[in-house]
Amino acid sequence: MAVITTSKAQTEYDVIIVGSGAGGGQTAYTLTLAGLKCVMLEAGRAYDPATQTAMFHRPDQAPLLNTPTPDKQMGFTDATVDGGWNIPAEPYTQASDKPEEQFQWWRPRMLGGRTNHWGRMSLRNGPYDFKPRSRDGLGFDWPIAYDDIEPYYTRVEMLIGVFGTNEGRENTPNSPPGVLLPPPKARAAELYLQKHVKTLGIPVIPIHRAVLTRPLDAETIPAKLHPGNAWAQRIVADSMRVRGACFWATDCHRGCSLRANYQSTTVHLPPALATGNLDIIPNAHAREVTLGQDGKANGVLYIDKSTGQEARVRAKAVVLAASSGETVRLLLNSKSAAFPQGLGNGHGLVGKYIMDSVGGSVGGQIPALENLPPHNEDGAGGPHLYIPWWLYQEQLAGKLDFPRGYHIEFSSSRSMPGGRSPLGDDLARGAYGTKFKEEARRHYGSQVGYTVRGEMIANENSFAELDPAVKDKWGIPVLRWHWRWSDHELNMVAHGIKTFTAMIEAMGGKAHVRAGSTAKNIIEPGGKVIHEVGGALMGSDPAKSVCNEWNQLWDVKNIFLCDGSPFPSNADKNPTLTIMALAWRAADKIVEQARKGNL
Amino acid sequence: MKSEKPSTPDSTERTSEDTRLPRRTVLRWFAAAAAATQIPAFGGSGLGAAAPAAKGYGTDPDLSKFYQPGDFWPLTLTKAQRETVTALADLILPADHLGPAASEVHVPEMIDEWVSAPYAAQQKDRDALLPGLEWLEDESRKRFSKAFPSLSEAEKRAIADDICWPADAKPEFKKAAAFFLKFRSLAASAYYGTEAGWKALGYIGNVPLARFDGPPPEVLEKLGVEQTVAGG
Repeated sequence: MAVITTSKAQTEYDVIIVGSGAGGGQTAYTLTLAGLKCVMLEAGRAYDPATQTAMFHRPDQAPLLNTPTPDKQMGFTDATVDGGWNIPAEPYTQASDKPEEQFQWWRPRMLGGRTNHWGRMSLRNGPYDFKPRSRDGLGFDWPIAYDDIEPYYTRVEMLIGVFGTNEGRENTPNSPPGVLLPPPKARAAELYLQKHVKTLGIPVIPIHRAVLTRPLDAETIPAKLHPGNAWAQRIVADSMRVRGACFWATDCHRGCSLRANYQSTTVHLPPALATGNLDIIPNAHAREVTLGQDGKANGVLYIDKSTGQEARVRAKAVVLAASSGETVRLLLNSKSAAFPQGLGNGHGLVGKYIMDSVGGSVGGQIPALENLPPHNEDGAGGPHLYIPWWLYQEQLAGKLDFPRGYHIEFSSSRSMPGGRSPLGDDLARGAYGTKFKEEARRHYGSQVGYTVRGEMIANENSFAELDPAVKDKWGIPVLRWHWRWSDHELNMVAHGIKTFTAMIEAMGGKAHVRAGSTAKNIIEPGGKVIHEVGGALMGSDPAKSVCNEWNQLWDVKNIFLCDGSPFPSNADKNPTLTIMALAWRAADKIVEQARKGNL
Repeated sequence: MKSEKPSTPDSTERTSEDTRLPRRTVLRWFAAAAAATQIPAFGGSGLGAAAPAAKGYGTDPDLSKFYQPGDFWPLTLTKAQRETVTALADLILPADHLGPAASEVHVPEMIDEWVSAPYAAQQKDRDALLPGLEWLEDESRKRFSKAFPSLSEAEKRAIADDICWPADAKPEFKKAAAFFLKFRSLAASAYYGTEAGWKALGYIGNVPLARFDGPPPEVLEKLGVEQTVAGG
């Protein structure tokens, strides 16, 4: 089995997996290593990160200085091809003309999905994050608790390789000893921040990111991941040995031909393919899940984009891991006599309660960081330290005007120049000539930027539904988005702006906050952080949720949702690690059902 | 270029109307990367340069290759316009103790690539920059009866000093000052994306290392901090 075309597909598989990103990749990995025959549908093309990655291009070696264009919407060297905020053949619509009520929907169309453009932040949700409603009466509790998912966090971390430290902080879980890889040394601006915000009571600690700071231990990890399965252990060990450790250069968003960071295509899919139990059909744009006479799912209809023809694969179970939005769209477009409103949507909850992370940034300039001796701080291609949410107790005591937390991300001040001027237009009062070059050199490395990554609380006004009129190029109804931030998020961003300004001033610098700036014009538009989750919430009551704690559709038990769509809440911790942990847990349930003959 | 469906500004605009996509927002993000200031427009057009290409590099370009201006779309500036660009870029980024002049590291070609690109953000910049070049030539002839590239350094500076900072510029130079700032931003975006530009700033990365040691002792000392991460 391998990457195939429609005509090579087998008559029937055990499981169809729609989507090849973090959720689909993890599900395929777990199922195929347990011996299940799977077929994966990917709406974009196949992709080989070992040969198709623009790792070392300087800006002058890429068109338009590597800046974003409508063709490459995160810049030329960004790993994502054929995707972005806007895919002309596959539109989506907005219910409102007001920009603040619109959702920006990032969609990759390539093997590996969103794991191609990803910061590799890999933070565990904490115990509070699974029971948020019980703590503050808002949003929804999960039907599982931290202890239910903890073993899967550990397995995922061992498999993909995550660096970081155990700091024992409130609601910021430790990993078991020996699981995390050593963190990289801190950068100059990070250390300077760490020292000067102590007086503000703000902790600056190593972040957790899915980058190998040393090779994975292929001798011992596979046995911990797959006890009693020597065949799986051997396949996983071989795959781990192919991955190189970070060589401390290039931005992770470009992809990694060394396989030093986690991408679905370098970590999950190679061992899954090596089992011989996985077929991947690229350019397969899923349209509808089909049901048999027995009311169970029996296949997926898709458009083969390479021919424009509709095709179908059949299986005993279906996993949707297409992203919250696409999974919602598939469920809503799967209409039948039994489900006239779409699969699992008798109560109208499919598409409701979609969340993104709260984003908002403030930059500043720190004189102390000017004219530092040149040194290489490319490091692990992303942040080394971060600020975890540190005010749980203040929140509990009612001292803050927003109920949930945010963490703070930042990156290198001495990152690769080019593509924008090192001196902003407002600096150096019209300098040109040698004076300009001297000013640019003095300023380089002294610019800092801090960004909120915060928890949005699910609300009634943020959801997706089928557009009654608009269809994509293949005639499939598209999503229409509704969006509204509440005061919970706006007050959080206002707190962030104040905090960042105080941090920058504590370092003796000046924050670039325009007079009159408010949370409303600093908060990122919905979807912009690309942490879309929810839309098919898991719960303990079939009347109030779409799937159960096993990511299993209440209404059709052999359909599992293995992306972010079942998230009842969206903690400030970036969702990818939790998507993978839940997918592994759901896949174990699928294997159990298969072994009992229940699929 | 192997894209099957290159996206032109025309086609994206059409999609926008059909589906009520928030094009303004998206374009604003694109434009933000290009240049910051709002530019009051010059009048006039038809400056002799060929029309920009209709097609971009597509959504699936070959990322394994290294590129140079002209690889994806023809450069469109006239010989005279290129000479003006070169003279102004070298005035802003001259050869000195920090490195070579802009023209020695292909900054004019990159600016030509930029204003010749088919995308909306670059075409907007083209509409601001080409009339600015024309103004510079007119001003040069008016003051010194010579083309801008033929002026002495002092003559070039006499004009540049009047337009280098919008806040201080006299009313008749406001538009030219906005042009100057935009040009400076674009020239610097290009210059500092080169090997020489990296050296000029003190960026020494983009090379594989066997280990990452963090900032060296002299940096820690200057900042008065200690390394707090043990590392691996």
